[in-house]
Amino acid sequence: MPEPAHHFQRSAHHFQHTPHPADPFADEPAVTDVQYDDAVDDDYEDGNALAGPLSELFAVDVVSAQGQCTGCGTTGPIAQLRVYGPGPGLVARCPVCGQVVLRVVRGTESAWLDLRGTVSLQFRLGADR
Amino acid sequence: MAIVSRGFQGRRRPSDHRLPPGQYETRDFPVLSAGPTPRVDRDAWRFSVVTEGNERRSWTWSELMALPAEDRVVDLHCVTKWSKFDTPWRGVSLDLLLRDVDTEAEFALVHSYGGYTTNLPLKDLLDGQAWIAYRYDGRDLAPEHGGPARLLVPHLYLWKSAKWVRSLQLSARDEPGFWETAGYHDYGDPWREQRYQGD
Amino acid sequence: MARAAVSGRLGERLRWRVATLVGQRVETPAARTLVLDVPGWPGHLAGQHVDLRLTAEDGYSTQRSYSIASAPDGASLELTVQRVSEGEVSPYLAQDLLDGDLLELRGPVGGWFVWRPEQSEPILLVAGGSGIVPLMAMIRARRQLGVTTPFRLLYSVRTPEDRMYVDELQAPDPGLEVTFLYTRQVPEDWPRFPSRITEKDMAAVAWPPSMLATSYICGPTAFVEYAADLLVELGQPPDRIRTERFGPTGD
Repeated sequence: MPEPAHHFQRSAHHFQHTPHPADPFADEPAVTDVQYDDAVDDDYEDGNALAGPLSELFAVDVVSAQGQCTGCGTTGPIAQLRVYGPGPGLVARCPVCGQVVLRVVRGTESAWLDLRGTVSLQFRLGADR
Repeated sequence: MAIVSRGFQGRRRPSDHRLPPGQYETRDFPVLSAGPTPRVDRDAWRFSVVTEGNERRSWTWSELMALPAEDRVVDLHCVTKWSKFDTPWRGVSLDLLLRDVDTEAEFALVHSYGGYTTNLPLKDLLDGQAWIAYRYDGRDLAPEHGGPARLLVPHLYLWKSAKWVRSLQLSARDEPGFWETAGYHDYGDPWREQRYQGD
Repeated sequence: MARAAVSGRLGERLRWRVATLVGQRVETPAARTLVLDVPGWPGHLAGQHVDLRLTAEDGYSTQRSYSIASAPDGASLELTVQRVSEGEVSPYLAQDLLDGDLLELRGPVGGWFVWRPEQSEPILLVAGGSGIVPLMAMIRARRQLGVTTPFRLLYSVRTPEDRMYVDELQAPDPGLEVTFLYTRQVPEDWPRFPSRITEKDMAAVAWPPSMLATSYICGPTAFVEYAADLLVELGQPPDRIRTERFGPTGD
């Protein structure tokens, strides 16, 4: 049985260090000397801010689609991810574990979209939902 | 063609400096982020160089502080189109840190505390072009600008100057880093306006 | 109808439109409402936003998102902009724009932080500062359509003069309950010291969890995180809480 889906919400614990696949330290114990101070760091927006940039690429509203974080399995709408920027590169992270769920880069003549941090995106069909 | 917003200036001022193409001068120091700001304890801080043969050379904070530092005043160019002139830094030259490292590698993948990475040719880190910088404008480097220490490679766009630097991984292959896997240019020369892949 | 109009957008890539400033209203010493005429505006849902693009004469260009303050009304669109002193864009919008000026805009965007008239559950709106703007669009859409869904608004501001839309919010609107909170300075004879929102404040307005209300929280990031935590602690299911964060300042 899959775990019940948890809605994205703010978590009391700190983000985990998510090593790059090629990180030479990836096999070492978790980095305990890196802290994140939630009380100080509010320098992010949320996934609602992706609605404009993603509307250039998609004909449907992506921020109301449900994603599932490949890091911790949390599901929730793209609108509730933590978004760091500003552009041209926007990074959307899981609010529970901090993993990068989505990245979008708006170049001059191209845009790049990286969705490797979400298992899938679930869209409600019909009407405008 | 965009319409001009009558009277809109933004935060910029007329510049007396030579600007790379497409850049605008700012006197602020805007903060760009790809994630939360890591707070790295200096007692636990390490900077490491790992060669293609997996040989590792590491420095503690006090070992870094014991090395001769250089003061440099450089211009910064950010891919978000701001440039900031005459920024004063103190740090340790990578020429010094890499002096005794035995490598045939041509590329470096820079790793940061917090998971950020960026790639660049090893030769761009040598010959007085790059530092592990830990003071800015006479003060300890603030966490939002990459403290305790960041890479400083001012001749490339600023995303190459990785904040919260942790290690250099040397390799024969050029492996794209965090932004380079999402469309940013592998080299990032502001004077050739290499912002994105294909530029 | 907004709904049909927005549905019509499917399959059409969103493009930049040119809007003309046709009027302005002072809301607070630091905030102005911009009344825009946007030919071909497709309509919007309460809570949606637009992206504005500003371009200087030398080609420098930057974008910001602003929430729509007005209920759907033909080609007319209202945005309320709060001036952030260190901001790059908001001082221009809130001080320098003149009637007849042109703005580039795309939208409406955002399909999640929206209130739809067919929602029948009770609604709690929680605003921090200029976070009132998209929530005001919800209040106005509700009134415009004459629906009787119960709404509560908890509106946190620094001082009494920072309240936007104050006359409209104090006018009788059956089924709408408005509570003001002051964090720095209170009106005379106000029964509460200035302080940031507390669990007691939130408990006084939160609907009982059994009513399956939906809560909308909008404001600076730290405010939204804190208010959402309070609602979860009070037993509101997290999936009934919708949030929109402006970042640290919201310029």
